[in-house]
Amino acid sequence: MRFLPLRDLIAEHLQDGQTVALEGFTHLIPFAAGHEIIRQGRRDLHLVRMTPDLIYDQMIGAGCARALTFSWGGNPGVGSLHRLRDAVEHGWPRPLELHEHSHAGMAAGYTAGAARLPFGMLRGYAGTDLDRVNPQIRRVACPYTGEELATVPALNPDVTVIHAQKADRRGNVHLSGIIGAQKEAALAARTLLVTVEEVVEDLEAPLNAVIIPGFAVTAVAAVPGGAHPSYAQGYYARDNAFCRAWDEISRDRDTFLRWLDGHVRGTQDHAQFLASLEQP
Amino acid sequence: MSPDYTPEEMMTVAAARTLRDGAVCFVGIGLPSAVANLARLTHAPDLVLIYESGTIGSRPAVLPLSIGDGELATTATAVVPLPEIFAYWLQAGRIDVGFLGAAQIDRFGNLNSTVIGPYDRPATRLPGAGGAQEISALAKETYVVLKQSPRTFVPALDFRTSAGFLEGGDARARLGLPGAGPTWVITDLGILRPHPETRELELRERYQGVTVDQVRSATGWPLRVADRVDTLPPPTATELIVLRDLHARTREAHRHPALPRVRPASLSLAP
Repeated sequence: MRFLPLRDLIAEHLQDGQTVALEGFTHLIPFAAGHEIIRQGRRDLHLVRMTPDLIYDQMIGAGCARALTFSWGGNPGVGSLHRLRDAVEHGWPRPLELHEHSHAGMAAGYTAGAARLPFGMLRGYAGTDLDRVNPQIRRVACPYTGEELATVPALNPDVTVIHAQKADRRGNVHLSGIIGAQKEAALAARTLLVTVEEVVEDLEAPLNAVIIPGFAVTAVAAVPGGAHPSYAQGYYARDNAFCRAWDEISRDRDTFLRWLDGHVRGTQDHAQFLASLEQP
Repeated sequence: MSPDYTPEEMMTVAAARTLRDGAVCFVGIGLPSAVANLARLTHAPDLVLIYESGTIGSRPAVLPLSIGDGELATTATAVVPLPEIFAYWLQAGRIDVGFLGAAQIDRFGNLNSTVIGPYDRPATRLPGAGGAQEISALAKETYVVLKQSPRTFVPALDFRTSAGFLEGGDARARLGLPGAGPTWVITDLGILRPHPETRELELRERYQGVTVDQVRSATGWPLRVADRVDTLPPPTATELIVLRDLHARTREAHRHPALPRVRPASLSLAP
Protein backbone atom coordinates (compact mmCIF):
# COMPACT_ATOMS: atom_id res chain seq x y z
CA MET A 1 0.00 0.00 0.00
CA ARG A 2 1.26 3.46 -0.88
CA PHE A 3 -0.05 6.97 -0.38
CA LEU A 4 -0.01 8.95 -3.62
CA PRO A 5 -1.47 12.20 -4.85
CA LEU A 6 -4.56 11.46 -6.95
CA ARG A 7 -2.79 12.43 -10.18
CA ASP A 8 -0.04 9.85 -9.62
CA LEU A 9 -2.51 7.26 -8.35
CA ILE A 10 -4.30 7.30 -11.72
CA ALA A 11 -1.17 7.85 -13.85
CA GLU A 12 0.67 4.89 -12.32
CA HIS A 13 -2.14 2.40 -11.86
CA LEU A 14 -4.82 2.85 -14.50
CA GLN A 15 -4.07 2.21 -18.17
CA ASP A 16 -5.92 2.55 -21.47
CA GLY A 17 -7.95 -0.51 -22.41
CA GLN A 18 -8.40 -1.86 -18.88
CA THR A 19 -11.59 -3.08 -17.24
CA VAL A 20 -12.28 -0.53 -14.54
CA ALA A 21 -14.96 -0.33 -11.84
CA LEU A 22 -15.60 2.92 -9.98
CA GLU A 23 -18.12 1.64 -7.45
CA GLY A 24 -20.36 3.35 -4.90
CA PHE A 25 -24.12 2.98 -4.89
CA THR A 26 -25.24 6.64 -4.94
CA HIS A 27 -23.17 7.18 -1.76
CA LEU A 28 -19.35 7.51 -1.86
CA ILE A 29 -19.07 7.61 -5.66
CA PRO A 30 -15.42 8.33 -6.53
CA PHE A 31 -16.11 11.40 -8.66
CA ALA A 32 -12.69 12.98 -8.16
CA ALA A 33 -10.99 9.83 -9.47
CA GLY A 34 -13.33 9.75 -12.48
CA HIS A 35 -12.50 13.37 -13.26
CA GLU A 36 -8.79 12.64 -13.03
CA ILE A 37 -9.24 9.75 -15.50
CA ILE A 38 -10.89 12.23 -17.87
CA ARG A 39 -8.08 14.79 -17.35
CA GLN A 40 -5.46 12.19 -18.19
CA GLY A 41 -7.37 11.24 -21.35
CA ARG A 42 -7.71 7.50 -20.71
CA ARG A 43 -9.24 5.62 -23.68
CA ASP A 44 -10.86 2.28 -24.53
CA LEU A 45 -11.84 1.49 -20.96
CA HIS A 46 -14.38 -1.20 -20.25
CA LEU A 47 -16.30 0.54 -17.48
CA VAL A 48 -18.13 -1.51 -14.85
CA ARG A 49 -20.66 -0.06 -12.40
CA MET A 50 -24.09 -1.12 -11.24
CA THR A 51 -25.42 2.41 -11.73
CA PRO A 52 -23.32 4.39 -14.23
CA ASP A 53 -24.65 7.61 -12.64
CA LEU A 54 -23.33 11.07 -13.51
CA ILE A 55 -19.69 9.99 -13.26
CA TYR A 56 -19.87 7.47 -16.12
CA ASP A 57 -22.12 9.85 -18.07
CA GLN A 58 -19.19 12.28 -17.91
CA MET A 59 -16.54 9.64 -18.72
CA ILE A 60 -18.58 8.22 -21.62
CA GLY A 61 -19.24 11.72 -22.99
CA ALA A 62 -15.50 12.49 -22.66
CA GLY A 63 -14.71 9.46 -24.84
CA CYS A 64 -12.99 7.29 -22.19
CA ALA A 65 -15.10 4.16 -22.69
CA ARG A 66 -15.53 1.46 -25.33
CA ALA A 67 -17.76 -0.84 -23.25
CA LEU A 68 -20.06 -0.69 -20.23
CA THR A 69 -21.17 -3.42 -17.85
CA PHE A 70 -24.10 -2.11 -15.81
CA SER A 71 -27.54 -2.78 -14.39
CA TRP A 72 -29.33 0.60 -14.19
CA GLY A 73 -28.36 3.61 -16.23
CA GLY A 74 -30.34 6.64 -15.16
CA ASN A 75 -29.92 9.89 -13.22
CA PRO A 76 -31.67 8.76 -10.01
CA GLY A 77 -34.94 10.58 -9.43
CA VAL A 78 -34.24 12.93 -12.35
CA GLY A 79 -34.36 10.95 -15.61
CA SER A 80 -31.97 9.95 -18.36
CA LEU A 81 -28.20 9.95 -18.51
CA HIS A 82 -28.04 11.90 -21.76
CA ARG A 83 -24.38 11.18 -22.58
CA LEU A 84 -24.92 7.44 -22.06
CA ARG A 85 -28.02 7.63 -24.25
CA ASP A 86 -26.23 9.57 -26.97
CA ALA A 87 -23.47 6.93 -27.06
CA VAL A 88 -25.97 4.05 -27.26
CA GLU A 89 -28.47 5.71 -29.58
CA HIS A 90 -26.09 7.62 -31.88
CA GLY A 91 -22.59 6.32 -31.21
CA TRP A 92 -21.36 9.72 -29.93
CA PRO A 93 -18.55 10.38 -29.21
CA ARG A 94 -17.99 6.71 -30.03
CA PRO A 95 -20.08 3.53 -29.99
CA LEU A 96 -20.51 1.84 -26.62
CA GLU A 97 -20.72 -1.92 -26.26
CA LEU A 98 -23.27 -2.87 -23.57
CA HIS A 99 -23.09 -5.80 -21.16
CA GLU A 100 -26.34 -5.47 -19.33
CA HIS A 101 -27.44 -7.14 -16.11
CA SER A 102 -29.88 -6.75 -13.25
CA HIS A 103 -28.66 -5.39 -9.89
CA ALA A 104 -28.87 -8.86 -8.34
CA GLY A 105 -26.89 -10.27 -11.26
CA MET A 106 -24.09 -7.75 -10.87
CA ALA A 107 -24.04 -8.21 -7.10
CA ALA A 108 -23.65 -11.97 -7.68
CA GLY A 109 -20.87 -11.31 -10.22
CA TYR A 110 -18.88 -9.11 -7.82
CA THR A 111 -19.41 -11.54 -4.93
CA ALA A 112 -18.05 -14.41 -7.05
CA GLY A 113 -15.21 -12.18 -8.20
CA ALA A 114 -14.21 -11.32 -4.64
CA ALA A 115 -14.19 -15.03 -3.76
CA ARG A 116 -12.29 -15.90 -6.99
CA LEU A 117 -15.07 -18.27 -8.00
CA PRO A 118 -15.76 -18.55 -11.75
CA PHE A 119 -19.38 -17.50 -11.62
CA GLY A 120 -22.16 -16.14 -9.42
CA MET A 121 -25.54 -17.77 -9.07
CA LEU A 122 -29.01 -16.43 -8.45
CA ARG A 123 -32.71 -16.96 -8.92
CA GLY A 124 -33.11 -14.39 -11.62
CA TYR A 125 -33.56 -13.38 -15.23
CA ALA A 126 -36.34 -15.97 -15.77
CA GLY A 127 -39.10 -14.92 -18.14
CA THR A 128 -37.28 -11.79 -19.33
CA ASP A 129 -35.44 -10.65 -22.47
CA LEU A 130 -32.14 -9.79 -20.76
CA ASP A 131 -30.62 -13.24 -21.19
CA ARG A 132 -31.50 -13.01 -24.91
CA VAL A 133 -29.35 -9.88 -25.34
CA ASN A 134 -26.58 -10.83 -22.90
CA PRO A 135 -25.15 -14.27 -23.81
CA GLN A 136 -23.09 -14.20 -20.61
CA ILE A 137 -26.23 -14.94 -18.61
CA ARG A 138 -26.53 -18.72 -18.53
CA ARG A 139 -28.20 -21.50 -16.52
CA VAL A 140 -26.98 -24.30 -14.29
CA ALA A 141 -28.88 -27.17 -12.69
CA CYS A 142 -28.53 -27.47 -8.92
CA PRO A 143 -26.68 -30.76 -8.30
CA TYR A 144 -28.84 -31.44 -5.23
CA THR A 145 -32.37 -30.49 -6.25
CA GLY A 146 -32.21 -30.13 -10.03
CA GLU A 147 -33.55 -26.57 -9.79
CA GLU A 148 -32.43 -24.43 -12.70
CA LEU A 149 -30.57 -21.30 -11.57
CA ALA A 150 -29.17 -18.32 -13.44
CA THR A 151 -25.41 -17.75 -13.58
CA VAL A 152 -23.30 -14.73 -14.37
CA PRO A 153 -19.52 -14.78 -14.90
CA ALA A 154 -17.43 -13.44 -12.02
CA LEU A 155 -16.67 -9.74 -12.29
CA ASN A 156 -12.94 -9.21 -11.75
CA PRO A 157 -12.00 -5.67 -12.79
CA ASP A 158 -8.36 -4.93 -13.58
CA VAL A 159 -8.80 -1.88 -11.36
CA THR A 160 -11.50 -0.98 -8.84
CA VAL A 161 -11.64 2.54 -7.45
CA ILE A 162 -13.69 3.37 -4.37
CA HIS A 163 -14.06 6.44 -2.18
CA ALA A 164 -14.23 6.08 1.62
CA GLN A 165 -14.46 8.33 4.65
CA LYS A 166 -11.12 7.48 6.25
CA ALA A 167 -7.86 5.64 6.00
CA ASP A 168 -5.23 5.32 8.71
CA ARG A 169 -1.50 5.65 8.06
CA ARG A 170 -1.20 1.96 7.25
CA GLY A 171 -3.83 2.30 4.56
CA ASN A 172 -6.60 0.47 6.38
CA VAL A 173 -9.77 1.91 4.90
CA HIS A 174 -13.05 2.51 6.76
CA LEU A 175 -16.42 2.93 5.00
CA SER A 176 -19.74 3.59 6.68
CA GLY A 177 -23.30 4.33 5.66
CA ILE A 178 -24.73 2.89 2.45
CA ILE A 179 -21.90 0.70 1.20
CA GLY A 180 -23.46 -0.81 -1.92
CA ALA A 181 -21.26 -3.51 -3.41
CA GLN A 182 -17.97 -1.70 -2.78
CA LYS A 183 -16.41 -4.33 -0.57
CA GLU A 184 -17.10 -7.02 -3.17
CA ALA A 185 -15.96 -4.83 -6.08
CA ALA A 186 -12.84 -3.85 -4.13
CA LEU A 187 -11.82 -7.41 -3.31
CA ALA A 188 -12.69 -8.65 -6.81
CA ALA A 189 -10.13 -6.32 -8.41
CA ARG A 190 -6.49 -7.01 -9.25
CA THR A 191 -5.62 -3.42 -8.35
CA LEU A 192 -7.54 -1.53 -5.67
CA LEU A 193 -7.30 2.25 -5.57
CA VAL A 194 -8.95 4.21 -2.79
CA THR A 195 -9.62 7.91 -2.33
CA VAL A 196 -10.55 9.08 1.17
CA GLU A 197 -11.92 12.19 2.83
CA GLU A 198 -9.10 12.16 5.34
CA VAL A 199 -6.16 10.23 6.68
CA VAL A 200 -6.32 9.78 10.45
CA GLU A 201 -4.08 8.42 13.18
CA ASP A 202 -6.79 6.05 14.44
CA LEU A 203 -9.88 4.94 12.53
CA GLU A 204 -11.81 4.65 15.83
CA ALA A 205 -13.98 2.12 14.07
CA PRO A 206 -16.46 0.05 16.08
CA LEU A 207 -16.26 -3.75 15.96
CA ASN A 208 -17.78 -5.13 12.74
CA ALA A 209 -17.24 -1.87 10.93
CA VAL A 210 -16.57 -2.18 7.23
CA ILE A 211 -12.79 -2.10 6.99
CA ILE A 212 -10.65 -2.99 4.03
CA PRO A 213 -7.23 -3.86 5.47
CA GLY A 214 -4.27 -1.99 4.01
CA PHE A 215 -2.62 -5.14 2.67
CA ALA A 216 -5.55 -5.54 0.24
CA VAL A 217 -5.20 -1.95 -0.98
CA THR A 218 -2.83 -0.94 -3.79
CA ALA A 219 -2.76 2.80 -3.16
CA VAL A 220 -4.62 5.55 -1.30
CA ALA A 221 -5.06 9.24 -2.13
CA ALA A 222 -6.51 11.78 0.29
CA VAL A 223 -9.11 13.77 -1.66
CA PRO A 224 -11.41 15.82 0.60
CA GLY A 225 -14.80 16.27 -1.04
CA GLY A 226 -13.83 13.54 -3.49
CA ALA A 227 -17.34 12.11 -3.80
CA HIS A 228 -19.11 15.36 -4.70
CA PRO A 229 -21.85 15.60 -6.08
CA SER A 230 -22.36 12.19 -4.47
CA TYR A 231 -21.83 12.36 -0.71
CA ALA A 232 -19.81 11.09 2.20
CA GLN A 233 -21.95 10.26 5.23
CA GLY A 234 -20.75 12.28 8.19
CA TYR A 235 -18.89 14.78 5.95
CA TYR A 236 -21.28 16.32 3.41
CA ALA A 237 -24.68 15.62 1.85
CA ARG A 238 -25.59 14.58 -1.69
CA ASP A 239 -25.80 17.64 -3.92
CA ASN A 240 -29.27 16.90 -5.24
CA ALA A 241 -29.48 20.38 -6.78
CA PHE A 242 -26.41 19.60 -8.91
CA CYS A 243 -27.84 16.21 -9.91
CA ARG A 244 -30.96 18.00 -11.15
CA ALA A 245 -28.88 20.65 -12.95
CA TRP A 246 -26.91 17.88 -14.69
CA ASP A 247 -30.02 17.09 -16.75
CA GLU A 248 -29.72 20.42 -18.57
CA ILE A 249 -25.91 20.49 -18.69
CA SER A 250 -25.70 17.03 -20.26
CA ARG A 251 -28.67 17.13 -22.63
CA ASP A 252 -26.78 18.93 -25.38
CA ARG A 253 -23.31 17.95 -26.69
CA ASP A 254 -21.94 21.49 -26.80
CA THR A 255 -23.21 22.46 -23.37
CA PHE A 256 -21.74 19.26 -22.00
CA LEU A 257 -18.34 19.85 -23.63
CA ARG A 258 -18.26 23.43 -22.36
CA TRP A 259 -18.98 22.17 -18.84
CA LEU A 260 -16.34 19.44 -19.15
CA ASP A 261 -13.70 21.84 -20.49
CA GLY A 262 -14.52 24.49 -17.92
CA HIS A 263 -14.76 22.37 -14.80
CA VAL A 264 -12.86 19.13 -15.37
CA ARG A 265 -10.29 19.45 -18.17
CA GLY A 266 -9.72 23.08 -17.30
CA THR A 267 -8.95 22.46 -13.63
CA GLN A 268 -5.78 20.97 -12.15
CA ASP A 269 -7.32 18.92 -9.38
CA HIS A 270 -10.43 18.27 -7.34
CA ALA A 271 -10.01 21.28 -5.05
CA GLN A 272 -9.98 23.52 -8.14
CA PHE A 273 -12.95 21.62 -9.55
CA LEU A 274 -14.96 22.29 -6.38
CA ALA A 275 -13.90 25.93 -6.37
CA SER A 276 -14.97 26.25 -10.02
CA LEU A 277 -18.50 25.18 -9.11
CA GLU A 278 -18.86 28.09 -6.73
CA GLN A 279 -18.55 30.51 -9.62
CA PRO A 280 -21.82 31.13 -11.41
CA MET B 1 -66.43 21.66 -10.94
CA SER B 2 -62.92 20.28 -11.26
CA PRO B 3 -61.59 18.50 -8.18
CA ASP B 4 -59.05 20.20 -5.89
CA TYR B 5 -56.46 17.47 -6.39
CA THR B 6 -54.48 16.24 -9.39
CA PRO B 7 -54.77 12.82 -11.08
CA GLU B 8 -51.23 12.08 -9.86
CA GLU B 9 -52.25 12.85 -6.26
CA MET B 10 -55.24 10.55 -6.61
CA MET B 11 -52.99 7.81 -8.00
CA THR B 12 -50.53 8.20 -5.12
CA VAL B 13 -53.32 8.12 -2.53
CA ALA B 14 -55.07 5.12 -4.15
CA ALA B 15 -51.80 3.19 -4.22
CA ALA B 16 -50.98 4.09 -0.60
CA ARG B 17 -54.38 2.81 0.57
CA THR B 18 -53.61 -0.65 -0.84
CA LEU B 19 -50.69 -1.13 1.58
CA ARG B 20 -51.53 -2.90 4.83
CA ASP B 21 -49.86 -1.83 8.05
CA GLY B 22 -46.90 -4.03 8.95
CA ALA B 23 -46.19 -5.17 5.40
CA VAL B 24 -42.54 -5.37 4.32
CA CYS B 25 -42.29 -3.24 1.25
CA PHE B 26 -39.43 -3.05 -1.32
CA VAL B 27 -39.54 0.52 -2.57
CA GLY B 28 -38.18 2.05 -5.75
CA ILE B 29 -37.40 5.72 -6.20
CA GLY B 30 -39.91 8.37 -7.30
CA LEU B 31 -43.61 7.58 -7.20
CA PRO B 32 -43.32 4.27 -5.30
CA SER B 33 -41.33 6.05 -2.61
CA ALA B 34 -44.01 8.77 -2.30
CA VAL B 35 -46.71 6.08 -2.11
CA ALA B 36 -44.99 4.03 0.59
CA ASN B 37 -44.13 7.06 2.72
CA LEU B 38 -47.65 8.44 2.44
CA ALA B 39 -48.99 5.09 3.68
CA ARG B 40 -46.44 5.09 6.52
CA LEU B 41 -47.41 8.63 7.56
CA THR B 42 -51.17 7.89 7.49
CA HIS B 43 -52.77 4.49 8.06
CA ALA B 44 -49.70 2.23 8.12
CA PRO B 45 -47.15 3.52 10.69
CA ASP B 46 -45.49 0.10 10.95
CA LEU B 47 -44.95 -0.36 7.24
CA VAL B 48 -41.35 -1.54 6.74
CA LEU B 49 -39.62 0.27 3.88
CA ILE B 50 -36.66 -1.47 2.26
CA TYR B 51 -34.64 0.42 -0.36
CA GLU B 52 -32.36 -1.53 -2.67
CA SER B 53 -29.37 0.55 -1.59
CA GLY B 54 -29.40 -1.60 1.54
CA THR B 55 -31.52 0.33 4.01
CA ILE B 56 -34.08 -1.65 6.01
CA GLY B 57 -36.85 0.12 7.90
CA SER B 58 -36.14 3.64 6.58
CA ARG B 59 -38.35 6.41 7.95
CA PRO B 60 -37.31 9.44 5.86
CA ALA B 61 -38.69 12.86 6.78
CA VAL B 62 -38.20 14.04 3.20
CA LEU B 63 -38.45 11.91 0.06
CA PRO B 64 -35.07 10.83 -1.26
CA LEU B 65 -34.11 12.03 -4.74
CA SER B 66 -31.85 9.03 -5.22
CA ILE B 67 -32.18 5.48 -3.99
CA GLY B 68 -29.22 6.04 -1.68
CA ASP B 69 -29.73 9.47 -0.08
CA GLY B 70 -28.22 9.72 3.41
CA GLU B 71 -31.69 10.30 4.86
CA LEU B 72 -32.55 6.65 4.09
CA ALA B 73 -29.52 5.36 5.99
CA THR B 74 -29.69 7.59 9.07
CA THR B 75 -33.39 6.79 9.66
CA ALA B 76 -33.05 3.03 9.03
CA THR B 77 -33.25 0.10 11.44
CA ALA B 78 -30.32 -1.50 9.62
CA VAL B 79 -28.03 -0.68 6.71
CA VAL B 80 -26.71 -3.79 4.97
CA PRO B 81 -24.50 -4.41 1.92
CA LEU B 82 -26.30 -4.38 -1.40
CA PRO B 83 -25.58 -8.02 -2.33
CA GLU B 84 -27.24 -8.94 0.97
CA ILE B 85 -30.42 -6.98 0.18
CA PHE B 86 -30.92 -8.96 -2.99
CA ALA B 87 -29.77 -12.36 -1.69
CA TYR B 88 -30.85 -12.54 1.97
CA TRP B 89 -33.93 -10.33 1.81
CA LEU B 90 -35.49 -10.35 -1.65
CA GLN B 91 -34.37 -13.77 -2.93
CA ALA B 92 -35.05 -15.38 0.42
CA GLY B 93 -38.71 -14.39 0.16
CA ARG B 94 -38.83 -11.78 2.94
CA ILE B 95 -40.54 -9.08 0.87
CA ASP B 96 -44.35 -8.84 0.96
CA VAL B 97 -44.82 -6.11 -1.62
CA GLY B 98 -42.51 -4.88 -4.35
CA PHE B 99 -43.39 -1.57 -5.99
CA LEU B 100 -42.54 -1.03 -9.64
CA GLY B 101 -42.98 1.59 -12.31
CA ALA B 102 -42.23 1.13 -16.02
CA ALA B 103 -42.22 2.80 -19.42
CA GLN B 104 -44.48 0.13 -20.91
CA ILE B 105 -46.87 -2.52 -19.60
CA ASP B 106 -48.78 -5.17 -21.55
CA ARG B 107 -52.13 -6.84 -20.85
CA PHE B 108 -50.50 -9.50 -18.66
CA GLY B 109 -48.57 -7.03 -16.51
CA ASN B 110 -45.16 -7.68 -18.10
CA LEU B 111 -43.00 -4.55 -17.90
CA ASN B 112 -40.47 -2.76 -20.07
CA SER B 113 -38.00 -0.29 -18.59
CA THR B 114 -35.09 -1.04 -20.96
CA VAL B 115 -35.56 0.28 -24.52
CA ILE B 116 -38.11 1.72 -26.92
CA GLY B 117 -37.36 0.25 -30.33
CA PRO B 118 -34.92 -2.58 -31.06
CA TYR B 119 -32.32 -3.33 -28.37
CA ASP B 120 -29.33 -2.89 -30.70
CA ARG B 121 -30.56 0.36 -32.30
CA PRO B 122 -32.95 1.83 -29.74
CA ALA B 123 -35.04 4.90 -30.46
CA THR B 124 -34.92 5.59 -26.72
CA ARG B 125 -32.51 3.98 -24.34
CA LEU B 126 -34.19 3.74 -20.89
CA PRO B 127 -32.34 3.09 -17.61
CA GLY B 128 -32.81 -0.70 -17.61
CA ALA B 129 -33.68 -3.35 -15.05
CA GLY B 130 -32.02 -2.26 -11.81
CA GLY B 131 -33.80 -4.25 -9.13
CA ALA B 132 -37.07 -4.59 -11.05
CA GLN B 133 -36.38 -7.97 -12.54
CA GLU B 134 -35.85 -9.82 -9.29
CA ILE B 135 -38.52 -7.79 -7.47
CA SER B 136 -41.11 -8.88 -10.03
CA ALA B 137 -39.98 -12.50 -9.76
CA LEU B 138 -39.42 -12.81 -6.02
CA ALA B 139 -41.58 -10.38 -4.00
CA LYS B 140 -44.71 -12.12 -2.72
CA GLU B 141 -46.74 -9.60 -4.72
CA THR B 142 -45.86 -6.67 -6.94
CA TYR B 143 -47.82 -3.45 -7.27
CA VAL B 144 -47.27 -1.46 -10.44
CA VAL B 145 -47.82 2.32 -10.44
CA LEU B 146 -47.79 4.24 -13.73
CA LYS B 147 -49.76 6.77 -15.73
CA GLN B 148 -52.16 5.28 -18.21
CA SER B 149 -51.95 6.14 -21.91
CA PRO B 150 -51.74 4.24 -25.21
CA ARG B 151 -47.98 4.92 -25.15
CA THR B 152 -47.51 3.12 -21.85
CA PHE B 153 -50.29 0.49 -22.06
CA VAL B 154 -49.13 -1.25 -25.23
CA PRO B 155 -50.29 -4.37 -27.14
CA ALA B 156 -46.70 -5.69 -27.32
CA LEU B 157 -43.64 -4.65 -25.29
CA ASP B 158 -40.49 -3.59 -27.13
CA PHE B 159 -38.50 -5.46 -24.46
CA ARG B 160 -39.57 -7.57 -21.49
CA THR B 161 -37.51 -6.29 -18.56
CA SER B 162 -39.61 -7.85 -15.80
CA ALA B 163 -41.97 -10.79 -15.83
CA GLY B 164 -45.63 -10.29 -15.03
CA PHE B 165 -47.96 -13.12 -15.98
CA LEU B 166 -45.93 -13.76 -19.18
CA GLU B 167 -48.41 -15.15 -21.77
CA GLY B 168 -51.20 -15.36 -19.17
CA GLY B 169 -53.01 -18.30 -17.58
CA ASP B 170 -50.60 -20.42 -15.51
CA ALA B 171 -47.51 -19.46 -17.55
CA ARG B 172 -45.93 -17.71 -14.57
CA ALA B 173 -46.40 -20.65 -12.22
CA ARG B 174 -45.09 -23.09 -14.86
CA LEU B 175 -41.88 -21.08 -15.13
CA GLY B 176 -41.50 -21.47 -11.36
CA LEU B 177 -41.40 -17.78 -10.40
CA PRO B 178 -41.90 -17.72 -6.60
CA GLY B 179 -43.93 -14.48 -6.27
CA ALA B 180 -47.59 -14.05 -7.18
CA GLY B 181 -46.80 -11.35 -9.76
CA PRO B 182 -48.45 -7.97 -10.43
CA THR B 183 -51.62 -8.26 -8.36
CA TRP B 184 -52.37 -4.52 -8.48
CA VAL B 185 -51.86 -1.98 -11.27
CA ILE B 186 -52.64 1.52 -10.05
CA THR B 187 -52.86 4.30 -12.65
CA ASP B 188 -53.97 7.93 -12.76
CA LEU B 189 -57.41 6.76 -13.94
CA GLY B 190 -58.20 3.74 -11.79
CA ILE B 191 -57.11 0.32 -10.63
CA LEU B 192 -56.60 -2.79 -12.75
CA ARG B 193 -56.26 -6.29 -11.37
CA PRO B 194 -55.50 -9.63 -13.05
CA HIS B 195 -58.42 -11.89 -13.97
CA PRO B 196 -58.23 -14.95 -11.67
CA GLU B 197 -57.85 -17.43 -14.56
CA THR B 198 -56.62 -15.69 -17.69
CA ARG B 199 -54.46 -13.28 -15.64
CA GLU B 200 -55.32 -10.53 -18.12
CA LEU B 201 -55.57 -7.13 -16.46
CA GLU B 202 -59.10 -5.87 -16.05
CA LEU B 203 -60.46 -2.57 -14.85
CA ARG B 204 -61.92 -3.02 -11.35
CA GLU B 205 -62.04 0.53 -9.97
CA ARG B 206 -62.05 4.03 -11.38
CA TYR B 207 -61.60 7.42 -9.78
CA GLN B 208 -64.35 9.96 -9.37
CA GLY B 209 -64.99 11.86 -12.59
CA VAL B 210 -63.30 9.19 -14.75
CA THR B 211 -65.45 7.21 -17.21
CA VAL B 212 -64.86 3.63 -18.30
CA ASP B 213 -64.58 4.83 -21.91
CA GLN B 214 -61.83 7.22 -20.88
CA VAL B 215 -59.86 4.31 -19.39
CA ARG B 216 -60.48 2.23 -22.52
CA SER B 217 -59.17 4.93 -24.82
CA ALA B 218 -56.04 5.29 -22.64
CA THR B 219 -55.26 1.61 -23.19
CA GLY B 220 -53.45 0.28 -26.26
CA TRP B 221 -55.38 -2.98 -26.36
CA PRO B 222 -59.13 -3.79 -26.04
CA LEU B 223 -59.36 -3.41 -22.26
CA ARG B 224 -61.28 -5.99 -20.22
CA VAL B 225 -63.68 -4.38 -17.78
CA ALA B 226 -64.97 -6.19 -14.68
CA ASP B 227 -68.73 -6.79 -14.41
CA ARG B 228 -68.83 -4.22 -11.63
CA VAL B 229 -66.53 -1.20 -11.62
CA ASP B 230 -66.49 0.62 -8.28
CA THR B 231 -65.74 4.31 -7.92
CA LEU B 232 -62.97 5.03 -5.43
CA PRO B 233 -63.55 7.84 -2.95
CA PRO B 234 -61.39 10.94 -3.57
CA PRO B 235 -58.41 11.76 -1.30
CA THR B 236 -59.35 12.79 2.22
CA ALA B 237 -58.22 16.16 3.57
CA THR B 238 -55.67 14.37 5.75
CA GLU B 239 -54.23 12.35 2.89
CA LEU B 240 -53.80 15.48 0.79
CA ILE B 241 -52.22 17.51 3.60
CA VAL B 242 -49.73 14.77 4.46
CA LEU B 243 -48.81 14.19 0.81
CA ARG B 244 -48.41 17.87 -0.02
CA ASP B 245 -46.36 18.52 3.14
CA LEU B 246 -44.09 15.64 2.20
CA HIS B 247 -43.56 17.03 -1.30
CA ALA B 248 -43.04 20.57 0.01
CA ARG B 249 -40.41 19.41 2.53
CA THR B 250 -38.73 17.42 -0.22
CA ARG B 251 -38.60 20.32 -2.68
CA GLU B 252 -37.12 22.58 -0.05
CA ALA B 253 -34.48 20.00 0.94
CA HIS B 254 -33.35 19.38 -2.65
CA ARG B 255 -33.25 23.02 -3.71
CA HIS B 256 -29.93 24.04 -2.22
CA PRO B 257 -26.53 23.13 -3.65
CA ALA B 258 -24.43 21.17 -1.19
CA LEU B 259 -20.77 21.80 -1.89
CA PRO B 260 -18.46 20.01 0.54
CA ARG B 261 -16.56 22.20 2.98
CA VAL B 262 -13.08 21.06 2.16
CA ARG B 263 -10.56 21.16 4.98
CA PRO B 264 -7.14 21.45 3.36
CA ALA B 265 -5.48 20.37 6.64
CA SER B 266 -6.33 16.74 5.98
CA LEU B 267 -4.33 16.84 2.74
CA SER B 268 -1.07 17.33 4.59
CA LEU B 269 -1.60 14.20 6.68
CA ALA B 270 -0.72 11.95 3.76
CA PRO B 271 3.00 11.16 3.89
